[in-house]
Amino acid sequence: MADIRNNFVGIKSPNPFWLASAPPTDKAYNVIRAFKAGWGGVVWKTLGEEGPPVVNVNGPRYGAIWGADRRLLGLNNIELITDRDLQVNLREIKQVKMDWPDRAIVVSLMVPCEEHAWKAILPVVEETGADGIELNFGCPHGMSERGMGAAVGQVPEYIEMVVRWCKANTRMPVITKLTPNITDIRKPARAAHAGGTDAVSLINTINSITGVDLDSFAPQPTIDGKGSHGGYCGPAVKPIAMNMVAEIARDPETHGLPISGIGGITTWRDAAEFMALGAGNVQVCTAAMTYGFKIVQEMIAGLENWMDEKGHATLDDIVGRATPNVTDWQYLNLNYIAKAHIDQEACIKCGRCHIACEDTSHQAITSMVDGVRHFEVIEAECVGCNLCVNVCPVENCITMEPLAAGVMDQRTGKPVSPVYANWTTHPNNPMAKVAAE
Amino acid sequence: MATGHFKQGIAGGRLAPEQYADNFSDLHPPLDHHEALVESDRCYFCYDAPCMNACPTSIDIPLFIRQIATGNPIGSAKTIFDQNILGGMCARVCPTETLCEEVCVREVAEGKPVQIGRLQRYATDVAMSENKQFYQRAEPTGRTIAVVGAGPAGLAAAHRLARHGHDVTILEARPKAGGLNEYGIAAYKSVDNFAQAEVDYVTSIGGIDIQNGKALGRDYQLSDLIRNYDAVFLGMGLGGVNALRADGEDADGVTNAVEFIAELRQASDLSGLPVGRRVVVIGGGMTAIDAAVQSKLLGAEEVTICYRRGQEHMNASEFEQDLAAANGVTIRHWLQPKRVIAEGGKVSAIELEYTAMNGEKLAGTGERLTLIADQVFKAIGQSFVPAALNGSGAALDLEGGRIKVDTEGRTSLANVWAGGDCIFGGDDLTVSAVAQGRDAAESIHRALTSNGRA
Repeated sequence: MADIRNNFVGIKSPNPFWLASAPPTDKAYNVIRAFKAGWGGVVWKTLGEEGPPVVNVNGPRYGAIWGADRRLLGLNNIELITDRDLQVNLREIKQVKMDWPDRAIVVSLMVPCEEHAWKAILPVVEETGADGIELNFGCPHGMSERGMGAAVGQVPEYIEMVVRWCKANTRMPVITKLTPNITDIRKPARAAHAGGTDAVSLINTINSITGVDLDSFAPQPTIDGKGSHGGYCGPAVKPIAMNMVAEIARDPETHGLPISGIGGITTWRDAAEFMALGAGNVQVCTAAMTYGFKIVQEMIAGLENWMDEKGHATLDDIVGRATPNVTDWQYLNLNYIAKAHIDQEACIKCGRCHIACEDTSHQAITSMVDGVRHFEVIEAECVGCNLCVNVCPVENCITMEPLAAGVMDQRTGKPVSPVYANWTTHPNNPMAKVAAE
Repeated sequence: MATGHFKQGIAGGRLAPEQYADNFSDLHPPLDHHEALVESDRCYFCYDAPCMNACPTSIDIPLFIRQIATGNPIGSAKTIFDQNILGGMCARVCPTETLCEEVCVREVAEGKPVQIGRLQRYATDVAMSENKQFYQRAEPTGRTIAVVGAGPAGLAAAHRLARHGHDVTILEARPKAGGLNEYGIAAYKSVDNFAQAEVDYVTSIGGIDIQNGKALGRDYQLSDLIRNYDAVFLGMGLGGVNALRADGEDADGVTNAVEFIAELRQASDLSGLPVGRRVVVIGGGMTAIDAAVQSKLLGAEEVTICYRRGQEHMNASEFEQDLAAANGVTIRHWLQPKRVIAEGGKVSAIELEYTAMNGEKLAGTGERLTLIADQVFKAIGQSFVPAALNGSGAALDLEGGRIKVDTEGRTSLANVWAGGDCIFGGDDLTVSAVAQGRDAAESIHRALTSNGRA
């Protein structure tokens, strides 16, 4: 049986599934329910500095986009950090950690970008017995207008500075949570690394407007006729998050820096993919907010079954396994040639492959053969783009079949070369390097 | 004295009064908003969609479904009405299982087609409930056209002609317009007086004058129409019912299924409508099913359909056959009627003969079967009655007993077009009648306006 116990920067949890800092982790009641359901750890919803707590809007905090049958695909929120009293939160954290010693409790923090503010809060958090802290440099709404959250996360120098203050003032592991609302995710990661962070976690939410009410012409979610950009999350953001995780994992400057993966993780498979790209564990929010805490049971069993099936004994066997395969475009093998192949038995003749290829790609799929509705790849036209695979509603009906070396590519009239060759040495590249002999 | 189900003979009130409304409620209840969205999302928006090609009126089905999915049911309704102004009724009565839904790629893929008919109903219901009118009449042309019959073909023709600016007079023999939509469809397929609502919706474009109680051959002649109008469209349907060719078929209790269905549709109180305790329906088409199922729903204890060929030959679709079976109707095959047995002038049983294929020919085997029956419905097809055309003063070519037309719906007489069940070569479907009426109207318009230019 696969061992899915997780050790993330020294923080131990029975599985790699943590709840992200968010509404599900705002108070003891929710966190206890999460632990009872089986979650390995939580990042307690962000605490602010001592004093009157922040206030939230009293209208809608969330907006969403949906797929078929109102399946929630993307969620956006304009909720701020915890609006409960700091002392109440600290008391609850301490009690829950005492009652659930085997689970990870990390406390998310966001205080003004001043050293004394951080110095003030770190010891009181440390006193709760929490396992670590996560610096919220990500929230894109509300708090950023007050110089916190994403306002810090978008300036690498500030990140480095605050991380340094924290490392200097606490023994707890420091996880730096990054905002994706930035051009190059490697810059803030490098800054956090330079400041001495123990890990980064990402992504926080993405600036977003989920919709516009076309009667009132107000953005959604709408508060008394007005809207503000909120933070976008859920399954729709997963590809963006995975790329950012991979970018940090493969960046020579941050390679090896532990990453807690966040962004649209809904199933064990999502989690496994993040971990393969370099995440040491994962954090989940939207899936729990959509389906409740019970989903962790599917995640645990699914991950274990997959690991057993593939012979992976521990999480270390899978973390980062896909990272070396993430490369720059210029290093992709241009001599690799694949052609689409349509399984006629599986084809239901919807014609979507044809019209996608005909209208928007390479005119490489028939619609009619000998007067009969028939969809078949014209190899002489197929560039192997994969669009037909992506629009086909039948799984595995269209597959991309690589041509073996030596086989004639009907499109170019040339045999497939067995040699790996990329753009860096391609004759059409004006900056091509001469291939090494 | 036996009551309810067990009353002997042909009697009403077999059921508790509240049972009738339940039995005759909507066969396919309308999709609600969310159901429509979920269902519309199942459509793959196929290229050169098979459903669209299977539709006799060529409705752009993927487009109208996508319009539902995107929250534009009004646009969806227009897509439907552009091709089929009776799209509301067709959504209810089309045998979609043998048309669009049969070829839906989801039927191929998983045996569960997109419910095209119900989606079409959803969109058209939205538009009709808002009385959203999509078409305006063109400038008046001053041309007049007579349409014989206010059924699906006549209404479709009239609407298209009115759109083009022509003035249309519909002459309808029955007291109400709608044709078989009003008189010939099972009640549970068209609830809430939908047929009349649709007639009102279609005619509200203006320029269509429906005159009821005007029968061709009785109240006027075809020659009158040819003389008095610029063009004539014949869409009078089928007036005759095929005989059983069984001895004693004039006994009391032997009824034409179409008349029974019409009577049922016009009844204001179904509990007052008499039906036999043991009913035998002779036939294998939609009319047979409609009569049988409705007999059962009226409280008949035993209803048996007898068809002279095998199950695979029945004109009624598989869905219709299943519907009958689900309602407790027994369908028996390879039986042809021989003799109606009467007691005191009233039917008491029917004697049938087993049949078999003798080479290419159907033949009786000589073996007989007698079924007790106090009511026998004839549903072995309807026929065109050409007598009404007599006195037209000119010959109208027939083919196979119906009016012969060319691909545009032109008859052998100049300025006379025809469509719907009265023409040869059709499939007796509402939706085909609509297509023929529409296309004949376009042909008339071209003829009257020098190729479409007024």
